[in-house]
Order: sequence, then structure tokens, then C-alpha cells
Amino acid sequence: MARKLMKGNKAVIMGAILADCRAYFGYPITPASEIAETAALYFPPLGRTFLQAESEVAAINMVYGAAATGVRAMTASSGPGISLKQEGISYSAGAELPIVVVDIVRGGPGLGNIAPEQGDYFQVVKGGGHGNYRNIVLSPNCAQEMCDLTILAFELADKYRNPAVILADGYIGQMMEPVDLSIREIWKPEKPWAVDGTSRTQGNLVSSIHLSAEELEVHVEHLFKKYQTVQANEVRYEEYRTEDADVILIGYGVVSRIVLSAVDAARKKGVRVGMIRPITLWPFPTDIIRKRAESVEEFIVAELSTGQLIEDVRLAVEGRKPVRLFRRTGGMVPSAEEIVSILEVREGVA
Amino acid sequence: MDMVVKEKAKSILDQYKYKPGPDKESTHYCPGCGHGNVHKMIGEAVDELGVADRAVLMSPVGCSVFAYYYFNMGHIQVAHGRAPAAATGVKRAQPHTIVMSYQGDGDLAAIGGNNILQAANRGENMTVFFINNAIYGMTGGQMAPTTLLGQRTSTTPRGRTRANEGFPIRVCELLASLEAPVYLERVALIDPKTTAKARKAIKKAIQMQVEGRGFSLVEILSPCPTGWKLSPPDSREWITKNMLPVFPLGVYRDRSKEELPPVEEPKLETVAEALGIQTGEAATIPKPSAPLRETVRMKVAGFGGQGILFLGEVLAEAGMQAGHRVTWLPSYGPEMRGGTANCHVVISSERIGSPTVSLPNVLVAMNRPSYERFVNDVIDNGMLLYDSSLIEGVPVPERLRSYAIPATQIADSIGNTRVANVVMLGAYLGITGIFDREQALNALRLHIRRTQLLDLNEKALDAGMKAASPKK
Ligand SMILES: Cc1ncc(C[n+]2csc(CCOP(=O)(O)OP(=O)(O)O)c2C)c(N)n1
Ligand code: SF4
Repeated sequence: MARKLMKGNKAVIMGAILADCRAYFGYPITPASEIAETAALYFPPLGRTFLQAESEVAAINMVYGAAATGVRAMTASSGPGISLKQEGISYSAGAELPIVVVDIVRGGPGLGNIAPEQGDYFQVVKGGGHGNYRNIVLSPNCAQEMCDLTILAFELADKYRNPAVILADGYIGQMMEPVDLSIREIWKPEKPWAVDGTSRTQGNLVSSIHLSAEELEVHVEHLFKKYQTVQANEVRYEEYRTEDADVILIGYGVVSRIVLSAVDAARKKGVRVGMIRPITLWPFPTDIIRKRAESVEEFIVAELSTGQLIEDVRLAVEGRKPVRLFRRTGGMVPSAEEIVSILEVREGVA
Repeated sequence: MDMVVKEKAKSILDQYKYKPGPDKESTHYCPGCGHGNVHKMIGEAVDELGVADRAVLMSPVGCSVFAYYYFNMGHIQVAHGRAPAAATGVKRAQPHTIVMSYQGDGDLAAIGGNNILQAANRGENMTVFFINNAIYGMTGGQMAPTTLLGQRTSTTPRGRTRANEGFPIRVCELLASLEAPVYLERVALIDPKTTAKARKAIKKAIQMQVEGRGFSLVEILSPCPTGWKLSPPDSREWITKNMLPVFPLGVYRDRSKEELPPVEEPKLETVAEALGIQTGEAATIPKPSAPLRETVRMKVAGFGGQGILFLGEVLAEAGMQAGHRVTWLPSYGPEMRGGTANCHVVISSERIGSPTVSLPNVLVAMNRPSYERFVNDVIDNGMLLYDSSLIEGVPVPERLRSYAIPATQIADSIGNTRVANVVMLGAYLGITGIFDREQALNALRLHIRRTQLLDLNEKALDAGMKAASPKK
């Protein structure tokens, strides 16, 4: 049976195994711990490394070191731990190291709580660490995508030599769904730049320091061009019943699942509504939103944060149409009925 | 300092290709700085051991951030203090490498204090060169953890005091309190004699790694004429006079003579074995024998320990095996520790949107608080199953199809209270016929961790199916 029922968190490690990730370094935090626990269970018998680090700071730097040797390496955490990893993520971007980081977002700020939230959008999608860099950010909305997008994250990280982050919420991590585990073809490039302790690579350097202003500007411009290529080639999204929609709801992660139910329920009541779900949060699906702005009356952004995703939607819409925010936070997850009711108010149905 | 003039080490480059600017031959260090001398000794040792092609040098943040200019080795430049963590990543990913972490006292003992401690404690098979110059050189002479009492730095302008900054940290002594390190020695760059000892220690520390022994660290008391505002000769004297009394030279650990335990080659799994699938197998989705009459949106609730999540899991598994779409979502974390547990299960013939069930059409309530909390959410004409051995005398809403199942009593009569959940599962199947007995047993088998409990669970399932009879 290549199809198994499992939690999203476990599916991440299944994807990592299929993608030939050789090393996992982590530190426990709810609701992401099962990722580390699953890696601890599965990696060593496969001859791969699992190590519980002394902190998230150490874990990301272990990933940095392993990735510098050319192997696929990853770590996972949740909000507070991701905050600690930001320096290492910035260093990885600067040194152009392909690394994969998973953030199973919990409630914040501070210690917050462990319920699902999306308040890490800014810290992951907009950078979080210092300097001019971008993370490639993928947002799964089911267990299958936790597996598949983890594989894709490794491929994109290698393709662009850049950090790739899986941004999911506590519900997507904790939810069980069927996952197809069949072994598939994985793209893996040569890494002549790596420092792997062979005479072939002797003298190679992995570094992010560029002391002179001229030199650093050249490097930053090089990164910028790379990011433009990513933007041109790697946008991914899902559209649902948008063809004739008067209103388009936009949400990612677990919210997109709830929105999907709301769209179906509202359609039954005659409200012409659709959904756009960004799968890549960076690069953001700006073009499709801009295109739909020509025909819809308004957009409603649904998020488990106080207006983070909406900033990117507004940038895409450029004021052409109203963009409204529907939000819950603190671990409160809206029901589909709640979203339907705001659509009904809009239509004067209720 | 009088250095013995030797042939230049081969693993030291002639031309510093990574160094910007036209001058590719002189180092970036100040005159009289200890870093350059230590570099030379590392180069010589790597040559003598013949490991240059395998060598990976971790450049830290500090004056030696550009250590990579000078060596013909692999180089990884890392964040401030993190060299031991990054080196761990390197060594674990590529065990054949010879990994050397090169760190100053701020880098190693202040910001990276925990990283060095933990790498040492894990016994990482790596070599650390720790340059103790009692100051932050690169940032312009601020206090380091190794700054001496009374020593003036730009952030201790009146001298370090025990009251405000505490005492200097003795790294060798600290690490010697750990079990794992195999070699710890403190040396100094003062005169030809101490320098010769330093050279020997540096080589030995790499040798230990080549032999696969574990964690080695050499602490080198090293002059920083610029930071100390002294001439190079005065700096060397300053080490003798001020540093040696606080940082005694000597060997703090030496396990170079111990016999190494034999290395066992573990038997490894293939990916297919690990995932429990067949190589080349495709994921097939069985065709449901009959479409579902309606989407099941179920909430299962009770107290922790009743196997609430398990009940939901088995149903979801059976649903998946039968070819339906399924989701299972638990309450998690402290919510569970508080004593209650619940999960949401959706089984559908169509793509499932929301995995959260706010308005269930089936509620399985296993204790009274759960019953009270969720019963009003159930939609009209929805189904209610409750454990009537634990939930007594409650008003049962007329608008629901209710079934009172004495699940706990039945489970007790079988011999184990803990299978009340499976009794309830049996009852649900008995009432709805959504899956047959075989399907349910299959799902149970996949989710029961202790196989010896399978018989008991089978009995519980049958008893539940039998007990399913409409109330009222
Ligand atoms: C996170 C971070 N904090 C501070 C700095 C600034 N900084 C650069 S080098 C250094 C101190 C280095 O001192 P030490 O490790 O003793 O090495 P030395 O320069 O004396 O060789 C500091 C604080 C930094 N680069 N990164
Ligand atoms: S500041 Fe001190 S440690 Fe840094 S290069 Fe100069 S002498 Fe060496």
C-alpha cells in the first residue's frame, strides 16, 4: 500500500526521505515536534543523520554546515524557534546555500500559544532575517502537499541555491489525511561549489562576507536577479470557481480549506464567489490576482493574522478593487459558516 | 617572536586568491598578532598528516573571519559563535572530512558558549583551535569572557571587576568537567619553547580526529598587540605576566593512548522498506463499493485516556481503505492535558474543504462535559451516540437521532475499560453500516500498536455492533 493515512507533520519527513534529504537537525516545539520525532525514527536506519540540537540557533547552523557540504539538509520549528533561526537563514541566503526550513505556525507574539495561527507570514515571507534576500515560501493545505511541497522545496532550494521554507499552520501539521508515498523521480543537481572534503572541491569557499561596498553590491544584485528569475518561473496557485465570480476569497493553508467549503456553501445560496489560493507565498501570485481584479467586484482576504497576507494582495490589486480583511487570531479558526455569513451580508441575503 | 624558519606549508597558499585588492601575499593581521602563527602551524600539521584534501576549516566571526584567505582547503565561513554547530553539520553529513573550527574567545566563550559546550559534550569528532587573546580584536578591543580582572578594554574602561563582569572563563577547565572530550590542552605563544609545544598540540589535536577519537580543543594564549595597545615583544611578556597565572598551561585531557571501541557497521534499510511500500508501487485508490449517502462530519469527544483520537483515526483509516476522502483533526497540546480530548473526522465522496467540524452531523460523546459542550452544535436530525454508562440523566434533544450505548459497561464486561472507544465504534458501524466488520478490523489492525490487544479489540467491536439499538 503506497497510500497511507498520516499527519501532515509526518508527511513532511516522508517527502524529505523521498527527496533524499540526508540530515535533519531540530529542537522540540509544539506543534512541530512530530517532524523531529518522525525524522528521529526514520532517518538513522536509512543511514541518514538525525540530531537534536541544543537550540534552534544551533540547529539552523548545523543545517548550514551540512548543506555547505552539498547534501540536502533540513530543520523544522514553530514561531519562536523560527525567530531564532533567522540569522542562520539570512547567512544561508547570503552564502547561497540550499536549505529547507519548515514552520508549523502557532499563536504569537511571544510565547503566545500552540494553536494554529498565520502570524509568521511576515517573518517568513518578507524575510525576517537581516539584509536583502528572499525565501522561497511554499504553503501546503493538506497532508499530501506537506509531502509533495517538501520535495519541491528541496528541488527549488537546489535549483536556486536559496533557502526554501514550508509555511504551514498547526492544523495542517496535526491533521491526518491519505498520502501517496510512491517512490518518484527526484531532480538533483551536481554541486561543484560544495565543500565536501574531496580534492575535487579543495579550496572551495562557502561564505556570505563581502567586505568592500563594490563587491557586496555586485553580490546583492546577483541575488536580486536570481529572485527575479524565481518570480518569473515559480509562481504556483490554485483557482477555484473564479470564472464568473463577483467576489474572490484569498487564503492559504488551513484557511483555504475552510474557504473552499464556504465557496461551495455560498454558491448553493446563489452567491457567485470563488477562491484563489497562493501555493507559493513568495513568489506571490500577483499576476492572476491582478487579472481577476478586472472582473470581480471585490476581494476578501481571509487569514489567521491581523492583516499580513492582505498586504501582498493589495500590492497585486493596486487599488483597482476593494480588498477586505476577514481575520481570526489567537488560535481561533473560523468556520465555513462564519465566512458564508459575511458573504450573505454582502449580498443582502441575510 | 623567533620562529623556526621552515619551508612554507603546502596547504598554505602562495597567493591569497580570495583576498580582495592587489596585495595577495601579506596577511590581513596586525604585526605581532598570534593568528598568523597559529595558521602556519595548522598548515604544517595538515601537511604532515596528509589530510589537506579532506580538510574543512570553519572561519568564525572575529579577526580570523578571513582565515579562508590563507589555506588550500575547503572553507566554510559561519555566523558569530556558531562554528561548532556548523562543524557538527559538516562532520555528520561527511564523516570523512577533517573539520577544524577556528574561534576567538568572544566567538567561542561568549556568544557561542553553549555551542562549544554541547559539541564537546556530544564528543563530535572535530578539532577546535581556540584563540584566547583576552579581548575582542575585530570590533576594536572590547571585553571578552577571558578578559582579566582589572584589564582595561573599551567596554571596561576602568578595568574588569568581579562585581560587574564576573571572572574570566577558563575554557579548558570547563570542558574538562565533561566526559566526552578526548584531548584538551592550553598552550601559549610566548617564546620558541612554548611555541614548539603549541605546534605539537595543534598537530595532535588533528591527529586525534584522523584516528576517529572525538572532540579535541587546543586553547592558545595569543598576543593581540593592537587590542592591548602594546608592542609585540611587550605583548608576549604580558601573556607571561598576566595571563599565565589565570590560564595555566598544560594538558587537561588526553585519551590518545586509549584503545578505540570497534566500529559496528549498521544494517541499513532501503527507502521502500522504511516507508513500508514496494519499490515501483503506485498509490491506488480503491473504488468505493457504494457512494456515501452523505458526507460524515463527525465529532468524537471525551476525556484523555478514553482513546478518543484513536476512535477517529480508525474510522478515517476505514474510510480511506474504502476509497473515500477522509480527514482527521485532533485537539492537541495542553487542551489534551486539561483532561478532555476531541477530534473531527470527515468522510466524504467529494473533495473535503474544511477539516474542522463546527456543526457535526454525528456526535460521539464519551463523557458528560463533552456531551454538554457539543450537543447543541449537532445539526437537526443529526446523530448522537453517547456513553450511557457515564452520561446519565441528561436531557436528550428530540431533534436528534440518539443512541445510548453503555460502552464503558460493555467494555468492563469484556475485561478492559479502555476498549469502550472500540465498543462505540462498533455501535456506530452497527447503526449506520457505513463499513462492514472486515473493513473495520483491517483499520484497527493498522492502528493498534500492541498486537496482543487485537483480540480484545475485536471482541469490543462485535459487542458494540450488537449493542447498537435505537433508544426511545
Ligand atoms: C551576532 C553578531 N554579534 C556581534 C557581531 C560583531 N562582532 C564581530 S567580531 C566580534 C568579536 C570577536 O572577538 P573574538 O571572538 O575574541 O575574536 P578576535 O577578533 O579577538 O580574534 C563581534 C562582537 C557579529 N558579527 N555578529
Ligand atoms: S586586532 Fe588583535 S587579534 Fe585582531 S589582527 Fe590585530 S592583533 Fe590580531
